[in-house]
Amino acid sequence: MLHEVSKTGAMLNFLNNNQNRKDHPNENFAREVMELFTMGRGHYTEQDVKEAARAFTGWGANAKGEFVFRRFQHDDGSKTVLGKAGHFDGDEVLEILLDQKQTAKFISQKIYRFFVNDSVDTQKADWLADRLYKSDYDIGKLMEDIFTSDWFYKEENIGCKIKSPVELLVGIQRMLPMTLQNEEALLLLQRLLGQILFYPPNVAGWPGGKTWIDSSTLMMRMRIPQLFNDRDEFNIKPKTDDDQMMGRNDDDIKTIGKKARSINAEIDWTKYLGYYNRVPLGELVNGIAGNLLQTKKAVSVGIIDEYSDDSDKESFIKTATIQIMSTPEYQLC
Amino acid sequence: MLFKRKEFLQLGSLATASFMVPKFLKSFERVDRVPPGNKVVVILQLSGGNDGLNTVIPIRNDIYYRERPVLGIAKTNALALTDDVGLHPALKSLRELYDDGSLGILNNVGYPNPDRSHFRSMDIWQTGSASTEYITTGWVGRYLDAQCHGCDKPTHALEIDDVLSLALKGENSKAIAMKDPKRLFGTSNEKFFRDVLKDHKSDGEETVDYLYKTMSETLSSANYIFDQSKLHPSVAEYPRTELGNGLKTIASLIFSDINTKVYYISLGSFDTHVNQQMQQQRLFTELSDAVRVFTADLKKNNRFNDVLMFTFSEFGRRVSQNASGGTDHGTANNMFLIGGALKQKGIINPIPDLNDLDEGDLKYKIDFKTVYATVLKNWLDADDTAILGRKYDHLGFC
Repeated sequence: MLHEVSKTGAMLNFLNNNQNRKDHPNENFAREVMELFTMGRGHYTEQDVKEAARAFTGWGANAKGEFVFRRFQHDDGSKTVLGKAGHFDGDEVLEILLDQKQTAKFISQKIYRFFVNDSVDTQKADWLADRLYKSDYDIGKLMEDIFTSDWFYKEENIGCKIKSPVELLVGIQRMLPMTLQNEEALLLLQRLLGQILFYPPNVAGWPGGKTWIDSSTLMMRMRIPQLFNDRDEFNIKPKTDDDQMMGRNDDDIKTIGKKARSINAEIDWTKYLGYYNRVPLGELVNGIAGNLLQTKKAVSVGIIDEYSDDSDKESFIKTATIQIMSTPEYQLC
Repeated sequence: MLFKRKEFLQLGSLATASFMVPKFLKSFERVDRVPPGNKVVVILQLSGGNDGLNTVIPIRNDIYYRERPVLGIAKTNALALTDDVGLHPALKSLRELYDDGSLGILNNVGYPNPDRSHFRSMDIWQTGSASTEYITTGWVGRYLDAQCHGCDKPTHALEIDDVLSLALKGENSKAIAMKDPKRLFGTSNEKFFRDVLKDHKSDGEETVDYLYKTMSETLSSANYIFDQSKLHPSVAEYPRTELGNGLKTIASLIFSDINTKVYYISLGSFDTHVNQQMQQQRLFTELSDAVRVFTADLKKNNRFNDVLMFTFSEFGRRVSQNASGGTDHGTANNMFLIGGALKQKGIINPIPDLNDLDEGDLKYKIDFKTVYATVLKNWLDADDTAILGRKYDHLGFC
């Protein structure tokens, strides 16, 4: 995977490897492959970056995004990377990186953070790293190790992660199937919450975790269920994006903003209401909260009761669901 | 539905609940009164990469006019500051501030190995990182971390916007973003949210507590900011532009007793690949008109000496114009410093040397982090080394 991703046009272009030539090495890719994708900062020297950059000279991509090796731009002299010396090419340097135990550690910690818990239990991550290294980086086995571990299902690892904006939006829509009259509204929400799919901020990706949350995004997140349900009005504007707009007026924002003043979602409640056919009225709030929330505790039944429409069972289920989705606890998974 | 009703609860209902919530959630309404002479910074971000060469114009430079046969601003149109340097014709109020000794110009500000992506270069400016590092906190955010250690309201820095910039996100504290104190107060005072907050009792789940802490800070900040904004609202006539409205809000807060030290506001887009003249003219007119009223307002209220305003953009533009009446992404750029107590005024360092370019781009002479270090240390009395993670030289403008 490392070899293949390193040779994609996107990677080579983004990290300037097309400009990495024998006489003028560009260190961008060599640095990031170590910092972000294999070992992590602090486990290599500036000299390692310089030497590795020489090995990647000549690696480029053509206009179609296909990998090309430009032999005459390649520096085939001897290099010393992480204590090993030789006339390395790019693939050989990647092998040296994979030989480092630190790479298995770094990958395991990243995956642990994404799937298990933002605060990493080093003992468990080390155990995973050991096995990942021994399996010659079989990511499938790593995932199996995680999902079949008892600790994966422990209370402390459940409901401890903050949903990414996309996880939140998709989660609401999976729970409450809906038709949106203007689907662009979803893009506007992604922008406001700081995660546009296929458009990460930089090669390091979205930092995730607590960085999703600030005063504006938290309040926005808690209003979204209302927006879907109620046609509550938008009155906020995302920041402009100069990389995409190139100085043109951001018509996107204007038109989306206008059209999406109300999201106009038609929620199909039939299936959802069916889940609660046999749940007695008095147990509804706990039942709904139990289904929607991963945290140990939820907002008190009393508050949800107070803010829900109890004119009939159906209205109650609908309003209680929206209210529970509008709490901090619903931001977690 | 009940939740939809905007119930504007009066202040204090949170305070009554505070003895029931964990200590760190307490939203007490204690206000540190601002000592007279409280110094504040107003940061004006020119988003999109403002063309610095048509902002501070080398009006006697042949290379400039040769490289910009269409876009070059004629000497007779520029607002001359010296024999060699003029301002863009729309920056009238900046010219007045220059004459008044309240304007400083830093030239050739940038950083090594400049990046030409808006997003990336803006990240570099906002985080205060080198172009080889990725940092997930902003420099103002880290200032906030230092100021707001264990505090209940992260209002030491405010952004006038709906969305919070990376610049104002710290490790532990994140600033508040709002366009209008009244609207912030309205949206965060849904009774449902208040009741949910009141109901929360910590159960030792760290992330849950973190969310409630953010919520609590937001609600109490919203009250605090709204309350303060009503103390001495500015009565000046600001232009009815976004920047005008924003600076009016900032002025009203500066006149209050709020503990805010850093205000952050943006204007854009300066990404002038095509039709640069019209766009820059329009944006600079908005800037000039709003800044004129803002600075006059501060003077009238005897606060101009306590305010340091500075502008920046993520990069400047290439020296040569392009084929579509615009300019493409470049490198180093100028920054304006505005305030009544500048120690260095006028054109502080030499304008770009167009004979000494790096493949058609200006070479940077001042690392922007030294500007931050100077503001943090000399103006805000903060530990710049800790906040910026490195020791930078200090400049002499404040």
